[in-house]
Amino acid sequence: MSNNIELRNHQQELHFFHVRLVVTGVFVLVAFLILLGRFVYLQVLQHEHFRLLAEQNRIKVIPVTPNRGHIYDRNGVVLAQNYAAYTLEVIPDRVSDPERVIDQLSDLITISQKDRQRFAKLLESAPNFSSIPIRRRLNDVEMATFAAKHYLFPEVQINARFFRHYPTDELTSHVVGYIGRISKRDYQKLEAKGQATNYSKSDTIGKNGLEKMYEKDLRGINGYDHVEMDANGKSIRKIRSVRPIAGNNLILSLDANLQHVAAEAFGELRGALVAVKPKTGEVLALLSLPGFDPNRFVDGIDSTIWEALNTSEYHPLNNRAVQGVYPPASTFKPFMALAALELGKRDPTYTMHDPGYFILGNSGHVFRDWKEGGHGEVNLRKAIVESSDTYFYELAHDLGIDAIHDFIKQFGLGQLTRIDLDGEANGILPSKDWKERRFKQKWFAGDTISVGVGQGYNLATPLQLAVATAALANKGDMFKPFLVKQIENSQTSAIKNINPEKTREIKLKPHNMELVKEAMIGVTKPGGTAASAGYASQYEFAGKTGTAQVFSMKGGEYKEEEVAERLRDHGLFIAFAPAEDPTIAISVLVENGGHGSRTAAPIARKVLDFYLLGKGPKLKNRNKEESKKD
Amino acid sequence: MEKNARHYLIRHIDRPLLTLVGLVLAIGLLTLHSASGGDANRTIAQSANICIALVLMWVVANVPLHYLSRIALPVYMLGLILLVAVEFFGEVVNGAQRWLDLGFTRLQPSELMKIAVPLMMAWYFDRYESVLRGSNFLVGVILLFVPVFLIVNQPDLGTAILVAVAGVYVLFLAGLSFKVFLLSLLIILGSVPFIWSNLHGYQQQRILTLFDPSQDPLGSGYHIIQSSIALGSGGLLGKGWLNGTQSQLDFLPERTTDFVFAVYAEEFGLLGNLLLLFLFLAIIGRGLIIAANAPTLFTRLLAGAISLIFFTYVFVNIGMVSGILPVVGVPLPLISYGGTSLVTILFGIGILMSIQTHRRLVQT
Repeated sequence: MSNNIELRNHQQELHFFHVRLVVTGVFVLVAFLILLGRFVYLQVLQHEHFRLLAEQNRIKVIPVTPNRGHIYDRNGVVLAQNYAAYTLEVIPDRVSDPERVIDQLSDLITISQKDRQRFAKLLESAPNFSSIPIRRRLNDVEMATFAAKHYLFPEVQINARFFRHYPTDELTSHVVGYIGRISKRDYQKLEAKGQATNYSKSDTIGKNGLEKMYEKDLRGINGYDHVEMDANGKSIRKIRSVRPIAGNNLILSLDANLQHVAAEAFGELRGALVAVKPKTGEVLALLSLPGFDPNRFVDGIDSTIWEALNTSEYHPLNNRAVQGVYPPASTFKPFMALAALELGKRDPTYTMHDPGYFILGNSGHVFRDWKEGGHGEVNLRKAIVESSDTYFYELAHDLGIDAIHDFIKQFGLGQLTRIDLDGEANGILPSKDWKERRFKQKWFAGDTISVGVGQGYNLATPLQLAVATAALANKGDMFKPFLVKQIENSQTSAIKNINPEKTREIKLKPHNMELVKEAMIGVTKPGGTAASAGYASQYEFAGKTGTAQVFSMKGGEYKEEEVAERLRDHGLFIAFAPAEDPTIAISVLVENGGHGSRTAAPIARKVLDFYLLGKGPKLKNRNKEESKKD
Repeated sequence: MEKNARHYLIRHIDRPLLTLVGLVLAIGLLTLHSASGGDANRTIAQSANICIALVLMWVVANVPLHYLSRIALPVYMLGLILLVAVEFFGEVVNGAQRWLDLGFTRLQPSELMKIAVPLMMAWYFDRYESVLRGSNFLVGVILLFVPVFLIVNQPDLGTAILVAVAGVYVLFLAGLSFKVFLLSLLIILGSVPFIWSNLHGYQQQRILTLFDPSQDPLGSGYHIIQSSIALGSGGLLGKGWLNGTQSQLDFLPERTTDFVFAVYAEEFGLLGNLLLLFLFLAIIGRGLIIAANAPTLFTRLLAGAISLIFFTYVFVNIGMVSGILPVVGVPLPLISYGGTSLVTILFGIGILMSIQTHRRLVQT
């Protein structure tokens, strides 16, 4: 009996246990079904999402910088190009202590403070998986030295990179400009324009001149390497790459040889020279002196050099040709003469007496002629040839400021020329309105008198003067000046021509134009102010000298020798040639050069001689090897 | 004579269980080889671990049941003493006091308790087999919670939960009423806020990142994110053996140990997962069948508990790797690299085999 109970208990117990086992079995099944559900969710429903994530994990896209477009002058002289050189680079991700590596490397090859600074800067901005240069442009000896010890620096790589080089360095520095490392501001601007994707933060970008203005053409399009990388940023293999598209080449209207002749003619003098083709607006020469070596900027400029360039009292970084404003002085007179004739205020036969000064009405204010004792009996032609101030004082008084402003405005003085360069200055062609706006002052009759001889409030850039002279040469047809003549597609070699843009047709009566031109030819002939510059010329050319006051001698006599060099007058000269069918118009400014006939006019003559006759020093073909040594 | 020797060798081996375990071990070695990136050393070391653990399994399988019941109390007591010793002399690693330095080796006593606690409880309930009362269950609960408390205190929440779960399985199988279970469940749920506030910062973080891994993508969320990517990108058929990008390119952390399943799932896909899940389920099923056929309450409880502990490891590990459970340091049975885990698991399998093969001897 008791045995029976125990047995039943045992059976009952076993049954009870089996029920519990079944319950746990169901529990296990349910739990596994949950796991299965999770698998289906991850591996089937969300598979595409996770597949993409896995791809993004392993594949890094590394931009490949395109080869920047070259810049040539109109005859194919190279102004900007790229050359390949070896660099030592590291990938920050793979080096635990880059500083130590650099220290050890510096025992082997020179690593300057500048190199270290650049490295530190790039280390901050560049992504960790991109290669950062420690030392650039290794020479052959350094290459050999490093190659022999490469095994000591497994993390340092030797890469061939392209570097920008400007073979004509100082000669074209203000035109071509330079490239430099992208700054934060540059990058923000690119982002605003939606072009940031074409750059990586360690790239270079045009900072100045044509390099900046034509950045989009020169840059080209980034290529990409799709590289498989592990979680530590070590690249395993290249999966796919999109080749970069090289930038387009620029072919300029500029003639580097002509520019060279101009620079030689300036010698040690400072100033600017602009030469344009009157019939198209092509800029043949655009020179600003002193210049600077743009090659120093390419690699990040040394702070001491930068400091020196920036604080120099001669401002070599300023492009005087488009950013400098100067009183046009007597070069203003031909335009005044045209105004007088066109507006019927003067007859060519009208003659006045020039005693060497002009007294303004009843104010009694005296305006002196540059020539003591005056020019005697003066008509319009003589007033230009000998540059009589008194004639133009009287004329300005008779015309009035508004008539002067409205007429001469047509020649573009005091306005932007819209040349394809950055930082162009406006200049000032004064008027009553302008003075009211600028100084909140009324216009005085005395103000007009100085304006008549290109002084007073008058300010123009050498480029504006050249363009106005070209309009004169072209009988009133004005063209927008431009530097880039053609853009050559790097892929197809197809050439896109930039067409000349006529900006204005100034209505001028041919006989008035002829009269002024004839007078300007007289300037370069015996008896004219530029007679010596025109001596024995094989072609006729029209010109006008000018001497701009920097310093006014109140009551005293201006004696050049007694005035500090920086306060001496600026010499100016405008010209076009050959007179009968001009192919070149030119403006020359010599800072503190004294009288225009003595410094500016001879420079212009040399440039014209070269352009029209082929006479003059030839530009040596400076190759990169030569200038790389510095 | 030769036949006798062979018979002697396999007498206490359960063939279905051995076949299933062997298959999973093979899968584990394949996966491990891939996870170690072609470095054969790991695979060789693990093979050695497997050999040692299999020998141990064979030895345990050959141990008669009454020996097992005899060692229950001493093992449990030893475990308790060691836990207390850890409390006072333990070595602090990563802010937790879990290890005991014996000079020649470091010991983690909480590991021992994973087996010792169910063994002890099964032994205790077996002693009062015919007259299990409420008071017995109370003693069972105390036997369970003393070590659990000590382990929580180390702190090692993951192991504590696993030990507690093992004990709860024994309580359940021993017949603790459903009412008590429901009541306890309610009490536990009710005390969640209290437990939460007593958790350590890193524990809270692990649970939080489970709900939103992107909260801390480079810290504690990194594991979950990368393993989810591995699983998900594996798709239906997987990327193929040795071809998982997540595993081969170093994106998966701890990919030979706790996260080895992610490597497997990436390379073999959903179909591979189904196969492995099926094998695990078969091992657990075989264990439960052995429990159902076991001769005594002690063996029934022990076999059931071992099967369910095995299940718990599988579920917690895969749940963690696939992102439905918090990241707790639980290896995947038979697959994760590491001797301790293998030895523990195959020790348990050995017990199951012993229970199955010594059954007839007890009954007769």
